[in-house]
Amino acid sequence: MIAELLPAIARGVGLTLYVTGASLVIGGIIGLSLVGAARSPFAFVRGIATLYINVVRVIPPITWLFLIYFGLPQFALRLSTIQAAIIGFSVIASAFMAEIYRSGLLSIPDGPREAAHALGLSAATTVRHIITPQAFRVALPAIATYGIGLLKDSALASTIGVREITYYAQQSAKQTHEGLLSFIVAGALYIVISLVVALVSRQVDLGLRKKIGVA
Amino acid sequence: MDMLTQWLGWLPSLAPGLLVSLQLTGLSLLFGFPLGLLFAVMAAAKFAPLQWISFLFVEVGRGLPALVLLYLLYFSLPDAGITLTSLTTAIIALTWNTGAYASEYFRAGLAAVPLGQKEAALTSGLRGWTGFRIIILPQALRISTPPLAGLAVLVFQGSALAFVIAVPELMSKGFEIASITFEYLSVYLLTAVLRVTHSHFPGSGPGAGTPPRPPPATQLTFAPPIQGNPAPQPQ
Repeated sequence: MIAELLPAIARGVGLTLYVTGASLVIGGIIGLSLVGAARSPFAFVRGIATLYINVVRVIPPITWLFLIYFGLPQFALRLSTIQAAIIGFSVIASAFMAEIYRSGLLSIPDGPREAAHALGLSAATTVRHIITPQAFRVALPAIATYGIGLLKDSALASTIGVREITYYAQQSAKQTHEGLLSFIVAGALYIVISLVVALVSRQVDLGLRKKIGVA
Repeated sequence: MDMLTQWLGWLPSLAPGLLVSLQLTGLSLLFGFPLGLLFAVMAAAKFAPLQWISFLFVEVGRGLPALVLLYLLYFSLPDAGITLTSLTTAIIALTWNTGAYASEYFRAGLAAVPLGQKEAALTSGLRGWTGFRIIILPQALRISTPPLAGLAVLVFQGSALAFVIAVPELMSKGFEIASITFEYLSVYLLTAVLRVTHSHFPGSGPGAGTPPRPPPATQLTFAPPIQGNPAPQPQ
């Protein structure tokens, strides 16, 4: 039975990875500008960014997806299911990634920045070559953890009809009446993917640590 | 203010849904946090099978998306001859999920208590369970409270998932209204507003996952009262 279920459900792996990856990348980029805005010298910009981050984080992902997929067509903005899912998860990811970047930045002591200033480096060079590499190293485990969380959240995209793992699992469950087995297969697929992500991030993390140890 | 009058009209039919959401969240937290503490203690047990059981439950609870966990229990329990209402199934699934996540927070809290405390407890003659209960646990709870408050908000959000197995909570009520009126955007905005306003449990605002420097005293009701200074007074 598993021999039939596995290929049927594994068809969704591609879209699961696509939705997760695209949202993580887009959200990560938006998050960068968000964290910049949240630390801006203008109180107004700061307020807007903080409000955005907080509002996005307290609304459940499923509500975001429904708002975007069912709500926006009222204003003649019709999105495909995949577009709606990626937009929804990007919005959510941007807020969470901004928080992760913020914690990374906060962990950098003032010393390196002052040293860079004393050496006459410009603000842009300081951020690019001094702050970001250190902050990234701190933030990497948190980013990987959030990536795995997003992978699991992407199961929600099945509720608006994106054909990913959970969608196919549900379909197989209905067709074969093997509810338990098909969802166990789906769960196993999620666990395998997140294990791979965790291992890769640990390797990268170790590599970065070794680099510091040598330098 | 067309939308506001619309919203006022919908509120009475959404209110029972909100109540179900709150009930679902409350019960999941009520069962989930002690379960998480149990898993955390079991993970530190000397008896290996206890560790394995804890590992299995925690990794499955954290590794599976909450949605898959809900479907899994909802579709598989009847196969095993257990028929529960969708609300009960949702409570079980969310409790498992909450317990798995909470156990990691509790574990971090327990690990953050300095070893000296345990040794001091031992030298004061507080061994085993007693020492754990009055020396280690209160300190660990104080450390893990801010992330647990953040988790409570996440569980409240997660309760929206129960929609997919037909629990009559806020999201399903919203869906009901939306499919009658076709005002999808407006209805879901209202449910979002209701959720945001109810996410602010005392002391667990949106930023609660990142603890402020001096961790605030326990605000969650499950925690036992913490005495000001738990140091024992040996004779």
